[in-house]
Amino acid sequence: MSILIDSSTRVLVQGLTGKEGRFHAQQMIESGIRVVAGVTPGRGGQQVLGLPVFDSVPEAVQATGANASLLFVPPAAAADACLEALEAGLPLVVCITEGVPVHDMVKVRAESLRRGARLLGPNCPGLISPGKCKLGIMPAGIFSSGPVGVVSRSGTLTYQVVDELTRAGLGQTTCVGIGGDPVLGTGFLEILQLFEQDQETRAVALIGEIGGTAEEDAARWLQQSGLPVVAFIAGQTAPPGKRMGHAGAIVSGSGGTARAKVEAFREAGVHVAETTTEMVQELKALLDRAP
Amino acid sequence: MNLHEFQGKRLFQGVGIPIPRGQVADSPDQARATASDLDVPVVVKAQVHAGGRGKAGGVLKAANPEEAARHASRILGMEIKGLKVRNVLVEEAITIDRELYLGFTLDRSIGTHAAMLSSVGGVNIEEVATRNPEAIMKVHLHPHLGLQDHHVRRLVHGTGLDLAQKVALGQVIRGLWHLYSESDCSLAEINPLAVLHDGRLVAADSKIDLDDNALFRHPEWLELREVAEEDPLERRARELGLSYVRLDGEVGILGNGAGLVMTTLDVVQRVGGRAANFLDVGGGAGSALVREAMRLVLDDPNVRGVLVNIFGGITRCDEVARGILAGLDDLDIQVPLVIRLSGTNQEEGRRLLSERGLQTADSMTEAAARIVALTRPGTP
Repeated sequence: MSILIDSSTRVLVQGLTGKEGRFHAQQMIESGIRVVAGVTPGRGGQQVLGLPVFDSVPEAVQATGANASLLFVPPAAAADACLEALEAGLPLVVCITEGVPVHDMVKVRAESLRRGARLLGPNCPGLISPGKCKLGIMPAGIFSSGPVGVVSRSGTLTYQVVDELTRAGLGQTTCVGIGGDPVLGTGFLEILQLFEQDQETRAVALIGEIGGTAEEDAARWLQQSGLPVVAFIAGQTAPPGKRMGHAGAIVSGSGGTARAKVEAFREAGVHVAETTTEMVQELKALLDRAP
Repeated sequence: MNLHEFQGKRLFQGVGIPIPRGQVADSPDQARATASDLDVPVVVKAQVHAGGRGKAGGVLKAANPEEAARHASRILGMEIKGLKVRNVLVEEAITIDRELYLGFTLDRSIGTHAAMLSSVGGVNIEEVATRNPEAIMKVHLHPHLGLQDHHVRRLVHGTGLDLAQKVALGQVIRGLWHLYSESDCSLAEINPLAVLHDGRLVAADSKIDLDDNALFRHPEWLELREVAEEDPLERRARELGLSYVRLDGEVGILGNGAGLVMTTLDVVQRVGGRAANFLDVGGGAGSALVREAMRLVLDDPNVRGVLVNIFGGITRCDEVARGILAGLDDLDIQVPLVIRLSGTNQEEGRRLLSERGLQTADSMTEAAARIVALTRPGTP
């Protein structure tokens, strides 16, 4: 099992004709993912990487039966592209784009909630269920299938953890990058709830960072959940008031500190690892202990 | 992007929020002229992106134009929390009866906008929120519909103002919402919103944070950004498209991905060092960008050594290695360098480096320990 995507996922790439869209679509095709179409307004009728390109999402969905969209649309047009995908009825929309105005995301998030769709991102690496499907930009080679769910606000740090997991013989059910922006389509909490429902996910690595209170919200829920989780918080030494790369990674006033997040997890009985290596060791111990 | 008080007040004026009469000045002569035009006692206020201006002596009252000029010459050039004061705002002194707080911001936890009004203004609103939360009225706004009249009624209800003042407050709330929503603010605050002795409401201060991501639809913001106040290295990084934050340690950091770089900073501190900067070269960085990033890190005089931490995904380790080697060729590097390269094309990257006698570390922790040992004070 896996969450959100599996081998039946048929992927539409919005922004396929751009440099990034084309590169990552090619990577996905090479690893056997069913990419079925691209959308770029004004480029309908063209072929890219052997895929048909459509002017609009509804046309692409109708012609190819796509059931998930991956977006590489520039920031100024990203919100509109997300809304188009949602309105076309796609149940899963993954927005890779970094730099989307936050006021736009407030609207797009509300629309995805209203439609009961799942929006991931923006500013995220996407998600992967090793051996089944990838809807994102992560290097597939470091992933392996197994019992660990991974959910993270960061891209490269996730690769670091996954690489160590794989080397330690711990494969993954699904790895989800929720994104580094202040307003996201999906948070830690929703992904944890999906992992809890998933029979094959036996432990979860949660990779958080400074800014916002998504980690605290997750910790509160974990207090009553039996889901085994190990957490890691990046940015423990970051100064307040400075944006650390991600638009959402900022300690503003007294809010969003690493300390508050660590305390929330400890109160919920969730181990917070000091290093990525310790995170992997702790997950291994959790799995060994489990029946 | 944070705005100065005078910039925020100009925006207030554009949406009909009353502000004290005044002018920004960058010289004592200008301050004198403004005070003389106003022809009333004035306040001279330092314009810097730092709280606690008053305590630092950056806000002074002047009874006449001469005194305004003297205060301006004292405040201009002064440093407040490490920031040099380049402008002062000279405005009419006001007699405040009561101070309120009004703000619009993003509530990240539920992904929508919130309006906040407090009858306890003029102080740090976060302190009020912790000590006296019932003193703040917070209203969440619909993501699409925004501020409605019933929100305004709820906000003004408990203020204890008279009817005319409540009407005036309603106009200020609507004006600030208009500014917040039309100008892509992530924060728009009036603190204090002053109730004057004569009953009028006036925005006595402004705090505006604009969402940098929305710059593409606000060309007018470019002139608001003050290149002078930006750290020169941070400015260069921005122009290169790199994410860079200057810190106050001695270990220069270069990595890819915000989370990995933040973690690198944390690991360096854990093993006893302090990072001089945060630098994320981003995904898929080529050798030319890596070389420029190296140059940037090394241009900070506090840097006593550099730690490169790369986990190659889209970024290829061989490209990073070529960038580092190009940096070695045209930069005069006098400080130790520790490199950790893992992921895509790591063998090729490590081989390129070892040909030039550069050893790589196997893990982030090992790399951090090595660079910290090499940069510890007392090492040559």
